[in-house]
Order: sequence, then C-alpha cells, then structure tokens
Amino acid sequence: MPIQTRGEVLDVKRAGAYHVITLTAGSIPDQARPGQFVAVAIGGGESGLLLRRAFAIHRVNSRGVYGGTLEIVVSVHGEGTAWLADRRRHDPVDIVGPLGRPFSIPRDPINCVLVAGGYGSAALAMLVEELHSRGCRVDLVLGAATEDKLFGVLDAKRLASTVTVTTDDGSTGIQGRVTDVLSDVIDRSAADVIYACGPMKMLQAVAEVASSHGLMSQCAVEESMACGIGVCMTCVLPVIGEDGVTRMVRSCVDGPIFRGDRVRWSDIGTVPVGTYGSMPLVEETS
Amino acid sequence: MTRAVVRQHVPSTPEREPNVDMTAHLASLVIPSPVLTASGCSGFGRELDGFFDITRIGGIVTKSVMWSPRSGRATPRMAETPSGMLNSIGLQGPGVQAFVESDLAWLLERGARAVVSIAGGSVDEYVRVTKFLRDVKGISALEVNISCPNVENRGQVFACDARAASEVMSAVRRAADPAIPVFAKLSPDVTDIVAIADSVVRAGADGLSVINTLLGMVIDTDRMRPALGGITGGLSGPAIRPVAVRCVWQIRQALPDVPILGMGGIRTGLDALQFILAGANAVSVGTSVFNDPSAPLRVHRELAKALEERGFGSLEEAVSFAHRPEGYEYEGEPEE
Repeated sequence: MPIQTRGEVLDVKRAGAYHVITLTAGSIPDQARPGQFVAVAIGGGESGLLLRRAFAIHRVNSRGVYGGTLEIVVSVHGEGTAWLADRRRHDPVDIVGPLGRPFSIPRDPINCVLVAGGYGSAALAMLVEELHSRGCRVDLVLGAATEDKLFGVLDAKRLASTVTVTTDDGSTGIQGRVTDVLSDVIDRSAADVIYACGPMKMLQAVAEVASSHGLMSQCAVEESMACGIGVCMTCVLPVIGEDGVTRMVRSCVDGPIFRGDRVRWSDIGTVPVGTYGSMPLVEETS
Repeated sequence: MTRAVVRQHVPSTPEREPNVDMTAHLASLVIPSPVLTASGCSGFGRELDGFFDITRIGGIVTKSVMWSPRSGRATPRMAETPSGMLNSIGLQGPGVQAFVESDLAWLLERGARAVVSIAGGSVDEYVRVTKFLRDVKGISALEVNISCPNVENRGQVFACDARAASEVMSAVRRAADPAIPVFAKLSPDVTDIVAIADSVVRAGADGLSVINTLLGMVIDTDRMRPALGGITGGLSGPAIRPVAVRCVWQIRQALPDVPILGMGGIRTGLDALQFILAGANAVSVGTSVFNDPSAPLRVHRELAKALEERGFGSLEEAVSFAHRPEGYEYEGEPEE
C-alpha cells in the first residue's frame, strides 16, 4: 500500500541536464519495487501549485544513516520541477508512494534488453540491479537528443553486458534513434524480453521492434497525472485487455508498466472507436 | 442561530480531541463529521482508505454514476491552473450495475457512509439510475449531478435552466427511496444561483450541494491549441473558493432552512469554517485530495480545533453564524 510521508531533502546533484534529488522517505524505500514511482507535493501547504509531480524511483537505500532514502531524477521544465531542483539539504518534502505496478521480473536467468530515452533510464536502475542479481544478462540501449540529455551511462556500464548509446545529433555514441540499433542488440544478446522507459513515441517504436522479433516488451509510460493514486482519472490511455477489449485505463494504478503489444500507441490522445463504454455521439461534462 | 459560549483559550495538544460536537445534519441524514469527500475527487473511496480511515469522516461522495459504462473523453484531461486545475474527464465510469455490485458493495461493506452521485443525459436516464439504486440498502443519500448536457435539448446543461433542473429533481425525488435525502448539485455558471436553488427545492430536492466546477479554458501556448482534449473543462480548487462561499451565502440568505453541503476549494479547517459560517451544514473536500490524500480527515480535525478556539460547543452553533445581525452579542468576538 502506498503511504504519505513527510521526507527531507538530503542532497541535490546536477547530472547533465538533470537534477538527482536524494530524499528521506519513511518506509517507501523498503517497499519500492523496480518501475514504481512517487508523487511529490510542490511548494508546501499554501502552494498555488496543487498537483503532485510524479517521478520514477531511481534508487533506494533502506539502510542508510537517515533510515530509508530514495533518489528521483528531475528534468526542469516548469515551475514545479524548478521548485524541486531548488531545494536545499533538510528542506521538507511531502511524498506519496510507492505508486503503480512494478515491472514483472523473470523467474529464470534470461537475456534482457533495456531501452531508455533521456532520463527514462532513471526508472530502469533498480531493474538492472534486480535482473543482474537473478543472473539475467542485461544489455542496455540509452538514447537522447544530445549528450547532456543522456542519463546514467557510466552507472549502466557497471552491471550491463553491453551499453549502446545513441544521440539524435551524434554528440556522443551512434547518431540516430534507439530503434536504429535495437534489432542488432536483440540479435547479438539473444534477447528474451525487452524493458523500456521513455517518451511515448519511443515506447511505441520499441514495442514494434520487440513484436517484430516475437518478443514481449514491458513499457513504463509517462502520462501527466493529477493525483497519482487512482482517483482523478486524468492519466488514462487506451489499452487492450486480456479479453481483447480496449479500455481507458489509468497509468498510475493500472500502469505505469504496460505490455508494449497491449497499448494502442497510435490512439493515445483519442478514445478509439469500440473502446469499452465509448459513446461517440453523446457529450457530457465532468 | 445559537449564541456561542464564552471563548476560552484552551492550549491544545495534538493528541487531545477538541471538545466540540461535530455532528452534522443534512436533511434526514445525521453524520458524526461534517466533512465529506467531493464527487469526482475520491473515486469510490477505496484508494483513499489507505491514507486515512474513511469511516471516520462524514461520508464518501462517489464519482457520478450513469446508466451505462462510459469511457470518458480523450486526453489531455487535465491542466494545472493558478491554485486550481481544469478537468475534462467526461464521466468515465463503470455504469450503475457494475458500480453497485463492485464499488458500492465494497464501500458499504467497509462501513463508510456512501453518498451516491448520479448523472444522466436525459430525465429518463436519471430516473433509471435512481430506480436501480432504490433496491440497494445502506445508501446514505443521493447527490444529483445536474451539470450534464441534456441530449434531448441541444446539450443545454440541466443545472443552467431552472425548469430542466426542476424536472430532473422532481423525477429523481419521486423515484428514489423516500427514506434517503436527495441533494441537487448546483452549477455556479448561472445568472442567479438563488433562483435555481429555489426551483429545485420546490421541485422536491431535500438539500443542495454548492458548488460544482466553473467552466473554464486554457490554451497551450506551445501547441497554440486548447490544452484539454475536451476543449473546455471544469475549474476547481482554492481558486474558486470565494465564488463558492458567495454562492452558499446567497442561498442561505434566501432559503434559511434548506440543508446545504458546501464545497469549492476547501483545503484547511479554516476554509471549511468559512463555508459553515456562510451557511453550509457540512462540507466536501475535493481537489485538495489530489494534493493531500489525507485532507478530508485533516480538515475535520482542523475544523474541530477552529470551532473550539472560537468558543463553539458544537458545529451546529456555527452554521450560518456569519449571518448574525449587526450588534449581535458574541462574547467570543475580539474587542474593537
């Protein structure tokens, strides 16, 4: 069960275009599983920014001097993320977590390819450790627009068998997209499963490559959400259920991890015809 | 209005329960706390139960339920605004049958008080939903979300037209279990909310929920298009609180005896106190739950403390207290 806790900032570090923030977070680090996230309140009890910001849990340390701590990676692109990046040591932060369903972890030591776009790699760090500890082979593909928007490359090299880097502008690694190299990495590593986190367009492309190789992909989506706990119904996307029926499902509690072949990527931002409960001719207000 | 007792400054420790009777009366419904959740902001209660004991507040007001399952609108469904947010969900929901079998069954089994919010696209749909719910034992009250477009009248919103609003309310009142109160949830997007309030009360509403969201719009300046998939959306949160307090005040002035459930941007106990003083008999905490999932119980505690600090022995004494005549003697009032 997720909890709400008043944590404290322990450290804010720059990492390329991002900020890595370490927080004390009560029992959240103990409970957190790879792929889960936290929702952080912005600006205290009187703040005019009402909605929590969601961040993948990058790392946890449940036995530190400060009790449980966790790390989140923040990309500043608005007032809320700027406030967070501006925190100083000992500043209080209200945290809800761990939220969402975690990645499924294979029982057997199989070969896993992990693909991340930008700071999507933050959501994969715990997964790398978990897979490695179970004897899985891990190959990583990290892509970003430019070198400074890559995250966690050095860290990835520690446990992964191979790390392939791509940038759109060629400022480091191979010039191109993650999907330009993904097929080669899948073949080279004899991959059994694909994990991915990054922008929707990238997830869609990764899911398609995985399917073309007959592989299952698990994708961590980033939808904008107001609550993170399943009550506001804003973070929905069209997903095909086991019964073959498309439903608008919440990425916060039914995700953020979805099977790549189940998400109707091209239809995100619409309610596809035939979706459960869709009535295209009837308009209602909130 | 009862005269408040002499104000005593009691130093309060967090452990001590304030000595205030928090019993609230909403028509025939008597509840031990005047703080409820708000429709659309607490799902069907289950998710919030992990953050606070949902049986300790006045009740869970469910997300509006309609006759059939509904997918809701396309995303984006939400835009953050100064001290608030805009939403356009489109009443996504399971339909009344699945709601009763699964969500409501859980809520009642859990021992929470369930105020079921119902919606419809026609008077007939409201009635069908109401009749279906009539056989369910344990519902505390119905709240009728009349801020829906009437498909039989060019999408004109029921709540914005006194006659359409009254038609819905009288039909629902006739179809509902006579033992439970039926509340009409009013839209502030009207010229004269008192006129609508008066009409629906005459039509049989046992009480009023005041207010629903205000219709708003945000343009995304990067895409240079409306930010929401549904183009317009409902504005909620502390930004609308003064509008809501004004609506409660005006309705209380015109209808001294009508039960009012007040809502709109309540975040703290003092916010709730404004509504109570303006004339609300109880309050709903809505959008603030997204910011603080334990807000409803916290608001209850803060309100109890605020009432005690002002010398009230019970919530009831504070209801409408801001309407007291000039010169009304109140020993708790600070001297000029």
